Amino acid sequence: MMLEVKNLHVYYGSIHALKGINFHVDKGEVVALIGANGAGKSTTLSTISGLLQPAEGNVIFQGEDITLTPAEQTVQKGVVQVPEGRKIFATLTVMENLEMGAYTQRDKNQFKQDLEYVFTLFPRLKERQKQLGGTFSGGEQQMLAMARALMSSPTMLLLDEPSMGLSPILVEQIFEIVQSINKKGTSILLVEQNAQMALSIADRAYVLETGEIKLEGSAQEVLHNPTVIEAYLGGH
Amino acid sequence: MNTSPIAQLIQKIIKQGWMGKSFLLLITLLAVWRLVVALQENPILFLQQVVNGLQLGFVYALIALGYTMVYGIVRLINFAHGDVFMVGAFVSFYSITRFQLHTWAERLFPAMPDGVSLIIGALTVMAASMVACALLAVVIERIAYKPLRNAPRISALITAIGVSFFLEYFAALNFVFSPNFITYRRPIEVVTWAIGPGGITTLGGGIAPPPGTILISNIALIIILTSIILMFGLQFIVQKTRIGKAMRSVAYDKQTARLMGINTDAIISTTFAIGAALAGAAGMLYAIAFSQIFFWMGIIPGLKSFVAAVLGGIGSIPGAFIGALIMGQAEVISAAYISTPLRDAIAFSILIIVLLVRPTGIFGEPEREKA
Ligand SMILES: Nc1ncnc2c1ncn2[C@@H]1O[C@H](COP(=O)(O)OP(=O)(O)OP(=O)(O)O)[C@@H](O)[C@H]1O
Ligand SMILES: [Mg+2]
Repeated sequence: MMLEVKNLHVYYGSIHALKGINFHVDKGEVVALIGANGAGKSTTLSTISGLLQPAEGNVIFQGEDITLTPAEQTVQKGVVQVPEGRKIFATLTVMENLEMGAYTQRDKNQFKQDLEYVFTLFPRLKERQKQLGGTFSGGEQQMLAMARALMSSPTMLLLDEPSMGLSPILVEQIFEIVQSINKKGTSILLVEQNAQMALSIADRAYVLETGEIKLEGSAQEVLHNPTVIEAYLGGH
Repeated sequence: MNTSPIAQLIQKIIKQGWMGKSFLLLITLLAVWRLVVALQENPILFLQQVVNGLQLGFVYALIALGYTMVYGIVRLINFAHGDVFMVGAFVSFYSITRFQLHTWAERLFPAMPDGVSLIIGALTVMAASMVACALLAVVIERIAYKPLRNAPRISALITAIGVSFFLEYFAALNFVFSPNFITYRRPIEVVTWAIGPGGITTLGGGIAPPPGTILISNIALIIILTSIILMFGLQFIVQKTRIGKAMRSVAYDKQTARLMGINTDAIISTTFAIGAALAGAAGMLYAIAFSQIFFWMGIIPGLKSFVAAVLGGIGSIPGAFIGALIMGQAEVISAAYISTPLRDAIAFSILIIVLLVRPTGIFGEPEREKA
């Protein structure tokens, strides 16, 4: 098992945002975590990456308990989060953003290799290396955010709503890239509101509702579940 | 309702702040006119003031950079920064008088040419000030500011004022520095040159400066040169190095910086250290220029550099530099042409004007809302 989340409880003050959730991601899998606004999806990712600390429960990564590992050390273990809203460093150039992604990477050759890899995934970044991140369009920022995360050669990628605010064509493109990253061996936990899209590339899925996992199964099962169709796929 | 055209006009004037703007315009025009007249009347005196202002401006720039860098990264006006500058001056004083740090090269390598050993000695003294101030600032940050990082900004601000008082009165203790004015022993002799159409004359030994010349001392040159080198160094660190890029990332967005594996606490400490090191160097340069040190010496230069940072746009490094040069000129020129006692009042009215007209300063951007 790559990642295992056990009985996770997270509070914001008195708000009980995660109420004891359990799930796991196996090696090489794409697992989708879907749910409506405020369900607790981002909270889950931030707790895994160490930005938040749970009141109870554990996060186990490759057999190691990383529950209390602070965010800046989680990256070195191989887990990297692409935050909701991209969070590009607007005042840094594209290249500097990528260098920050590789902040923990002290091996020059590995850096060059990773850089080449992200440039083949996102050729546009190569042309725009010197441009300030803040001048990028939403779609370009999403690509830059993913490229930046990949610069740390992660074994596990946490993606928070990569499709947010993008045109359908761009969403398609981003999801193809997610698949190709996965094929190269990176496990992926994909948080989405666009359930249709997420389930089309996921192996398995969990449905989160107000801090609890309400449903889990293979992507196909979840896709055909009547309540999911009702709530997330716009069916009646 | 009174809707006569005159009332409308008056309302318009009030609403759009025309009175304030025209008042400012008037003042600016007056100032420019005064300067043009001054330049015509006595261009030599005017140029002399510009040179003096430059020397002062560069010292302010070194201090202002610390204000702006710290504000940029933790959004704190570090009011203790001026006192760190004071500590820098005292540390350089004691490294010269107690530890003879300025002559170590000479003592160790007697064969070395005098000039070289002197430069090495002076640089060592400066390095001592810089290191001491950097350590002091890291300790202050750790003890006083870090616990308040998530507290309301006003708490940290008040703490900074407290730290400032602490440093001043702690420094005034007899067994620490001194409650008295101290004459600063310069590690280098002052040499003054008179530069004019007739060439350069070295003054000293009772030679009066020939008429129509501008006086420049080696001290002024040292201050300007050292400041420029330090500022290029800073610019290099911030723009090109891994630490500098991390500093900019942390200044922009701490959470995301952490996701990149950046230890934000360490980067914040480093920023405090770099800013304080520059203030330490400034303390030594200031002491060399004015040859007197005192435990309150940090207050006024500190405040003026703070004004410089606000004028340039707090958070902006080029802004602090430009703002400081403007402050240096404003101070010297108002002392020369308006009134010496009024020069501080004029310096601080610049703060009020900036805050009224363009609170973001010359290079500043409006505060970004953080998610
Ligand atoms: N910083 C915070 N302070 C207080 N409450 C918060 C904070 N962040 C999130 N919450 C609350 O926690 C709950 C879960 O929020 P979270 O951001 O994890 O939802 P989400 O599933 O990611 O939603 P979205 O799809 O809108 O991004 C919500 O009720 C939210 O209001
Ligand atoms: Mg979210």
